[in-house]
Amino acid sequence: MTPLLRLIRRDVALALRLGSGGGIGVAFFVLTVILVPLGVGSETGTLSRIGAGILWIAALLAALLSLDRLFQADFEDGSLDQLMLAPMPLEQVVLAKALAHWLTTGLPMTLIAPILGVTLALPPAALPVLTLSLAIGTPALSLIGAVGAAITVGVRRGGLLLSILVLPLYIPTLVFGARATQAALFDLDPAPALALTGVITLIAAAITPFAAAAALRINAR
Amino acid sequence: MHLKLDGLACRRGGRVVFRDVSFTVEPGQAALVRGPNGVGKSTLLRVLAGLIPPLSGAIRYNGMDIAADPGALQENAAYSGHLDAIKPALTVRQNLDVWAGIFATGANRVDAALAFFGLDQIAERPAVQCSAGQKRRLGLARLMIMDRPLWLLDEPTVSLDTASADLVAELIKDHCDGGGAAMIATHIDLALPAGPVLEMTLSGRAHSPIEDVTDNDAFLDGNWA
Repeated sequence: MTPLLRLIRRDVALALRLGSGGGIGVAFFVLTVILVPLGVGSETGTLSRIGAGILWIAALLAALLSLDRLFQADFEDGSLDQLMLAPMPLEQVVLAKALAHWLTTGLPMTLIAPILGVTLALPPAALPVLTLSLAIGTPALSLIGAVGAAITVGVRRGGLLLSILVLPLYIPTLVFGARATQAALFDLDPAPALALTGVITLIAAAITPFAAAAALRINAR
Repeated sequence: MHLKLDGLACRRGGRVVFRDVSFTVEPGQAALVRGPNGVGKSTLLRVLAGLIPPLSGAIRYNGMDIAADPGALQENAAYSGHLDAIKPALTVRQNLDVWAGIFATGANRVDAALAFFGLDQIAERPAVQCSAGQKRRLGLARLMIMDRPLWLLDEPTVSLDTASADLVAELIKDHCDGGGAAMIATHIDLALPAGPVLEMTLSGRAHSPIEDVTDNDAFLDGNWA
């Protein structure tokens, strides 16, 4: 197993432990979405109109929930110092940790979203597009979030600062991701919105490892 | 493995921590870094581990200035600081297994490292149940699986009993006998073979802090890497 895969496996294993935030993010996602019909009423017309937006907003917030520990746990116990000496570039470490974060938050949320879509009265035809948009878009949430997590790594209660830094950067993913499902809802072609969601994820994958690694190096001084 | 520091200075938080540190470590030597609290011993070791960029001066590793190739030293150094880099949720053995995997050195060293530090009895216990001394031993056991010629040890014997401290000295001695080298910041007398000693003093760095803040801050100069 390469060092990169070993690090991903370690982070996934740690995230699945009780109280590490991985499962909690997904539970938060489910609960938030279930609360919506209780709050706005169960009229199917209203629910199906706002359903995609609700699912995406809940996904953003759930991803944020466990992001503040992405580097902080390793920073506090000295593991980050050791990872900086590891025989792989720090950019790769960032990528591995962002991927592990996605595997424990974005991926399960994507898989569970069609079921939640039904509770929000989304028509069956829109569910594949919803799932696809989340599959394409949620990696950007972990990647962009990694930059915020790296910047706030030394800050006590940095999670609050992290939300304020990162949420505005989530806007493009939210807009295009939700738009894809809306398009399917009105029998329009969802492909352009899906493609743009993918573009943002690709740009994030290209830029964020360098930005996050630079922030970590400064914070390790 | 040959390390030479030449007029090294370092600044942290806008304050010069030390300056004009010149020192040489040859293969097989266990060098001691001594000095009162706050003199910059830990900072020096972090600079050598490549975690903090030096303000001025040169670090030469095997004759090469590492400013040109920072990886040359970092890929050959093992650093053990005040923190043990232990995940409480994993077992003692899993903690070492993870580092063996990340440093790609092979898991066969893990058993030897556990046995050397007397951790084999508690290998399957979650690290959260370890005492401070056991955690420190586990952190030091990582040195044995990292396979790096230069060891940078920051107070390695903190919270260790005398028997364990002797183990650490033995480990360092074995490492140096094998052609490696170590720099050890410590306040106690370890049973080590005589090596060079770097005495750091507080008077060596007195300087106007304001002047230090304004000139040539690496971050403001765009040196983010």
